[in-house]
Amino acid sequence: MQRRKFLSLLLGSASLLFMLPINAWAALWNKAAFETAKLSEASKNLAIHDEITSLDIQITAPDRAENGAIVQVEVKSNILNTEAISIFVEKNPTPLIAHFKFSQGAEPFIITRIKMADTSDIKVVVKAGNQYFTHAKNVIVLENGCG
Amino acid sequence: MAVLNTDNMKMRAQLKGEVTEVKVLMSHPMETGRKKDDFDKLIPAHFVQLVTATLNGKTVLEAQWGTGISKNPYLTFRLTGAKIGDIIEVTWIDNLGETATQNIAVTQA
Repeated sequence: MQRRKFLSLLLGSASLLFMLPINAWAALWNKAAFETAKLSEASKNLAIHDEITSLDIQITAPDRAENGAIVQVEVKSNILNTEAISIFVEKNPTPLIAHFKFSQGAEPFIITRIKMADTSDIKVVVKAGNQYFTHAKNVIVLENGCG
Repeated sequence: MAVLNTDNMKMRAQLKGEVTEVKVLMSHPMETGRKKDDFDKLIPAHFVQLVTATLNGKTVLEAQWGTGISKNPYLTFRLTGAKIGDIIEVTWIDNLGETATQNIAVTQA
């Protein structure tokens, strides 16, 4: 009996240990923004408002992508006090691709590889203080990359 | 359940001038949940949701990802103020609670 009690206690505490970090992480993921099919909804859920078009956001991506499963994108913000960069693909089933938050000496610069379902704009939104800036680049996709 | 996997990531952190460029290649299927297998069954979504990078234990980059990041995710980011020998650590966690972490020391380019 005592052994059983000990074991259940042990199991209970172990599962608690595993559960805690997962729950803490889950709270950090913006489910509403990532799961919506509407770019406007995704933006709203990221608190993006009154976007100003800015050429101080550089987006480097191919003009034509052979394979939409892997499209390399480089984003660089020259906007002072850039805190975060969001990447959207307008015509993807879920337009929000990624949201990056920078702190303590991280440059507002990112290179990553994304999936594109169709020929679409890659839209980038930069957060600087209470302001939001945006820029877009069109990529022609020859073979779609979303399963 | 959380799985700690240390062979999952390839990392490089090189100091060029004043900027340290960190390159990360992760091993992950990044399933959208919309793809079907050979038997016409939907493959459940399995994708990295959160990525955190630290420099000597201080958070420098926090990313949230959706299913639109390509399979075997690739990431480059840049830091100022890092010195040779400083430790950069990257951790990811996916929608199934799996996680991996890897660290590397900054080297001269």
